[in-house]
Amino acid sequence: MNNLLWLIPVLPLLGFLINGIGNKHIPPAASGWLASLTVLGSFIISAGLFMQLLHDPATVVQADYFQWMNAGAFDLNFGFLVDRLSVIMLLVITGVGFLIHVYSIGYMSHEPDYARYFAYLNLFVFFMLVLVLGSSYVLMFVGWEGVGLCSYLLIGFWFKNQNYNDAAKKAFIMNRIGDLGFLLGMFLIFQTFGSLEYDTVFASASLLPFNEPVLTAITLLLFIGAIGKSAQLPLYTWLPDAMAGPTPVSALIHAATMVTAGIYMVVRSNVLYVMAPFSSEIIAVVGLVTAVMAALIGLKQTDIKKVLAYSTVSQLGFMVVALGTGAYTTALFHVITHAFFKALLFLCAGSVIHAMGGEQDVRRMGGLKKALPVTHFTFLIGTLAIAGAPPFAGFFSKDEILANAYIHSPLMFAVLAITAIITAVYMFRLYFLTFHGTFRGTMHQKDHLHESPATMTVPLIILAVLSTIGGFIGMPEIFHAPHFLNDFMRPVTALADAYKGGHVSHMFEYILIGVTLVILAAVVYLTHKKYVTDGHVPARDSDLVGIQRVLANKFYVDEFFNAVFTRPMDVLSRLSYKWIELGLIDKIVNSFGTVTNGTSSMLRFSQQGNLGYYLFAMVFAIMLMLVYMLVI
Amino acid sequence: MNNSILDIVHINNYLYLSLILFAIGVLGVLFRRNTIIIFMCIELMLNAVNLLLVAFSTMHSDPGGQVMVFFIMAVAAAEVAVGLAILVMIFRNFGGVDINLLNRLKW
Repeated sequence: MNNLLWLIPVLPLLGFLINGIGNKHIPPAASGWLASLTVLGSFIISAGLFMQLLHDPATVVQADYFQWMNAGAFDLNFGFLVDRLSVIMLLVITGVGFLIHVYSIGYMSHEPDYARYFAYLNLFVFFMLVLVLGSSYVLMFVGWEGVGLCSYLLIGFWFKNQNYNDAAKKAFIMNRIGDLGFLLGMFLIFQTFGSLEYDTVFASASLLPFNEPVLTAITLLLFIGAIGKSAQLPLYTWLPDAMAGPTPVSALIHAATMVTAGIYMVVRSNVLYVMAPFSSEIIAVVGLVTAVMAALIGLKQTDIKKVLAYSTVSQLGFMVVALGTGAYTTALFHVITHAFFKALLFLCAGSVIHAMGGEQDVRRMGGLKKALPVTHFTFLIGTLAIAGAPPFAGFFSKDEILANAYIHSPLMFAVLAITAIITAVYMFRLYFLTFHGTFRGTMHQKDHLHESPATMTVPLIILAVLSTIGGFIGMPEIFHAPHFLNDFMRPVTALADAYKGGHVSHMFEYILIGVTLVILAAVVYLTHKKYVTDGHVPARDSDLVGIQRVLANKFYVDEFFNAVFTRPMDVLSRLSYKWIELGLIDKIVNSFGTVTNGTSSMLRFSQQGNLGYYLFAMVFAIMLMLVYMLVI
Repeated sequence: MNNSILDIVHINNYLYLSLILFAIGVLGVLFRRNTIIIFMCIELMLNAVNLLLVAFSTMHSDPGGQVMVFFIMAVAAAEVAVGLAILVMIFRNFGGVDINLLNRLKW
């Protein structure tokens, strides 16, 4: 499998080239399946690598292909590294990616620009694989930028709609702010350690003392990159807007893979973060505030995709809290389970939107249970998983995050637990509003309702199964089952494990599970009563008052950014256009033209049309030149 | 320098002759009105230079100058053909060969 390693990213790249160059000349069915099969190929190779790594804890597949850059003290190889962390990311990306590719075949079937869509999707998978495979920060950065580009292209896929273009630009610009932090972090790493390859950097970093200022600076700068990419406060506003893209894109890029790149990066650099507890503290707080804020906003959204988007931001906040508390494996665990259930929820939402003919507002849905049985059932599983109901996947990973937060600080635990309850509330609200009660759409939509084709439902079912059993790779101690993921990841997070705080008592675990179950039951009962029995429908935005209005308007964060950054920039650029561009530069440039024009309009009268005169001038000029040459 | 034509007629005489020829050419171009005469004056200047080239070539015992003159004469023959064709066109279009008829090249 080692010599096939390079094929993992190259296969999707090939798919991109064929679909991108062939474009309209490829029959639609062929381009969709071609794109899916390339990702499936990568998945099979990744699975082979996984099996290889599974048996021997010491195995790390490292392949240096060629010398990439060499300038002065800077020497960098282009190489891939597969250790236990990247192999898990590989499986998630290619596995979930493949399912979403297949789903897209059905979802995008009415789309004329079919090949372009799959070309972008394959390009995204390629860059994401480069991101996790790279053996140095530089290669990670290449993938990092590449996925940002593909995200931009896919959010603005329907580029004829100006709002979608704006959303795409917003995503790109917000990400660029984070990327700047990442880039500065890389510079600082190179200045401190003289290398950007993981091995060298981590080896020398673990020798530094705790809270070394330079380490704190590096980790914080890198985390700024993660803030942009993983949609944390204050740069998260691009993610909800990114829902402008096709729904499978939201599932793949803005839920399962790209947004977890920041988490991957921190887990990858866990040695640095362990050595910088101060940065970890900040990370935990950022994650916590993000989780709470996004969950609160999610409570009052009425767009099915927006709810899921804020839920993604909130769940990413959970992962970041896990990173901040030093539980890197737990964060990865939540990345995996989140990839399953959030991809599932997004794809279900896509299926609903598909059936509703493009309608995304839950106020015009309701009672879809009968028309969409498969979607309904899988969405329910996804909801249970994200709400943290045992034994679904989200329960185990969220439980672990909560336990780690408790060890870190009981206050953090309390806030996070409340956020988890809010998560359950908005998810069941969404579920009941969409699938239960009476249908609130138009008659036309009602006649159009239909279950999606098999290419869409089969990925849903597979993801539902994964969301159900995916949590078993990380069983808590009280079930007396081995915690597979912790054992598997031990070589990667050895240093972090060594410094990790204590364990929670078994009693605490039992209480946590019991309370979770009771609260969940209460949430289900209350939301059911409110939205099904009482038939409550969220009011129009203009009718909301007080805190509800603030929540529906997303805490006015967008308005705040507009007032503080966008507007002053607009004013500044308008002023410089008026004064510097028009007033100064244009005047200078134009004056050249005016002067030339004026002098020539006077000089041209010397050309009288008398050939004898011209000849005389010529001879005279030649003589002048001769005199000049003789004299000088 | 024995047996050279330059022993009989000194190089200075060639210089004076070609200078006079060239000056006549220049003055003719500047002061005559007839286009054919102007054209002939241009040829005169050309040949004044040719004469000088040949004379110096003999003086330096270097045949290169004489070869160059043959080339110049060949090119001049071609140039004369073109020049005369232009003259014919001028005559047809303007009904004369006076240089003052060609006064449209102005602002």
